[in-house]
Amino acid sequence: MKKKLPETLPALSKAPTGIEGLDEITGGGLPAGRPTLVCGTAGCGKTMLAMEFLVRGAAQFDEPGVFMMFEENAAELTANVRSLGFDLEKLAVEKKIVLDYVHIERSEIEETGEYDLEGLFIRLGHAIDSIGAKRVVLDTIEALFAGLPNHAVLRAELRRLFRWLKDRGMTAIITGEKGDGNAITRYGLEEYVADCVIILDQRIQEQISTRRLRVLKYRGTAHGTNEYPFLIGAHGFSVLPITSLQLDHRVSTQRILTGIARLDDMLGGQGVYRGSSVLVSGSAGTGKSSIAAKLLETACRRGERALFFAYEESTEQIVRNMRSVDIDLAPWVKKGLLEIHSSRPTLQGLEQHLVVMHDLVRAFRPSVVAVDPISNLTMAYVDAEVKPTLMRLIDFLKKEQVTAIFTSLTSGGEATTSAFEESQVGVSSLMDTWLLLSNVEFTGERNRTIFVRKSRGMAHSNQVREFVLSDKGIDLVDVYLGDDRVLTGSARVAQEAQERAAATLRGEDHQRKLRQLASRRKAIEAQIAALQAEAEAEADEVHFAIAQETLQKKATHQNTDAMAQQRGGATGANGHTIEKR
Amino acid sequence: MSASASPASHSETGATPAFQLRLYVAGQTTKSLMAVANLQRICETHLAGQYCIEVIDLTKTPQLAAGDQILAVPTLVRRLPEPIKKIIGDLSNEERVLVGLDIQPVGCDAS
Repeated sequence: MKKKLPETLPALSKAPTGIEGLDEITGGGLPAGRPTLVCGTAGCGKTMLAMEFLVRGAAQFDEPGVFMMFEENAAELTANVRSLGFDLEKLAVEKKIVLDYVHIERSEIEETGEYDLEGLFIRLGHAIDSIGAKRVVLDTIEALFAGLPNHAVLRAELRRLFRWLKDRGMTAIITGEKGDGNAITRYGLEEYVADCVIILDQRIQEQISTRRLRVLKYRGTAHGTNEYPFLIGAHGFSVLPITSLQLDHRVSTQRILTGIARLDDMLGGQGVYRGSSVLVSGSAGTGKSSIAAKLLETACRRGERALFFAYEESTEQIVRNMRSVDIDLAPWVKKGLLEIHSSRPTLQGLEQHLVVMHDLVRAFRPSVVAVDPISNLTMAYVDAEVKPTLMRLIDFLKKEQVTAIFTSLTSGGEATTSAFEESQVGVSSLMDTWLLLSNVEFTGERNRTIFVRKSRGMAHSNQVREFVLSDKGIDLVDVYLGDDRVLTGSARVAQEAQERAAATLRGEDHQRKLRQLASRRKAIEAQIAALQAEAEAEADEVHFAIAQETLQKKATHQNTDAMAQQRGGATGANGHTIEKR
Repeated sequence: MSASASPASHSETGATPAFQLRLYVAGQTTKSLMAVANLQRICETHLAGQYCIEVIDLTKTPQLAAGDQILAVPTLVRRLPEPIKKIIGDLSNEERVLVGLDIQPVGCDAS
């Protein structure tokens, strides 16, 4: 017994329960060879926990077990657990399990003189020996208190019984009904079973019941002390977290496109990381579901599987409505690539939803999962509960490398107000990428805008874009910034027209100015020509005058010569002749 | 001592006795021996000739414990007449044994 367990801790050997989550919380299972007390109110799953411990022990860990029941009889119990897939009859035939129904009818019993409960010991001992049992369940031994009048004897015998179980090295579960007030059990069984105490609890909040498990005490070992939601699903008992409590999942550097080209551009041109979580939040009618549907459709186009958890619309309604924005989901559903799972959030508790998601994700193995919307799931819960639960879901999806899109209906006003931010504070920190959709109301219409509030590990746009849903699909359009505000919709169209008109006008203005310039230039040129002509005329005049003068001079000279000749060279003699002389 | 019939049973009437009693004990403890002695004494006093006693030692035949839903020892089971009645303890209180077995005490009958 001691050496059989996989754990080789010298301190305390543990018997794995095989129950999802419980072994993680307890660090390996229940204390081996010691009794554990499981207590809780009626109907909270004590018997189921004990039964699964025994069945899994017998089937998975080769530790046969004895189930001694005091309330239900064997046939009833067998029928009850068959619905969870445990075949007790088969295990009983294989001598892996013994079911022993101990029944005490107070009215049949008269008490006289001294007695002890050796008969119970003998029965239990016989059952243990007949199959070589390692595990024992006593469910619910408190029934003896109702059946046996002498509680002093009973208490002494129970003390002896638990001692005896320990001596025989039995890993035992003893169930007990929760007592009134602060009492752990109605008859104080915790006095005798002090090694490990697990408390189950079922509470109803806002008409939805939630079951929770807490390890109150586990002597000699560390254990998770929180309250963990658990449920009894189709595959038995499971305690959340199903996933690991550490942040150690593998991350992918692969990016996947969202299918909305401009949105991919805003996310660094490559879309989101595979396995990351995307939050799309916005107030009513901002197009959250459409984005989610588009991402799923895109995944299907890539040939990947996609899973859609819809908590607002039925499958058919989604298919019909998405068709109006040119997202046709029907062929993918038919092909088996897309699965739409619609249910009302109030159908079951939050963690029940989570387990359904777990089961479906495990079974379907999608690459993209959309939850639309998480705000509906959280309707009935306070934020403090939602965050850890969502964290578990996100962790699980990340571990499975599933890209997740969560839409969230925001309350508390528009995207810019602080009340809005507070309404998202619970979940946004868990998300890798946060797309914010909002409505801008201006000039008598509401238009959608989108921006990337955050996106871890990638360059992303800081721009606000207009988000246009039409029968041609989803598109993002640049918005106009004017007068300190974003212009969208027809205001944007008007602004565009206005700018176009202004541009035309400016163009004409330029033309006019150019023409003016041209004519001015012509005028100047004409002036220049006139001046030149004037100058030329003047020059001509000057030339003419010069020429005239030269001519006159020449004429005068000739005249003088002629006169001198006529005078007989006197003048000439005056000059030349004198010299000759 | 297992499954031994009391010597005082069949010889007197020959037919099936009205009272079929079965006493479960665990080993030869003081309580067991006390119970057997007390039972024989009470039966001889009040049920002479109408009873048979079967003593079962569970340490020898533990598989018999489940049949009569035995937890406490000693347990006396009245198998006949119906309905089944059980008396737990060493049967030291004669009055309560008689009430438990639904027997009219002989002394009271006479008076």
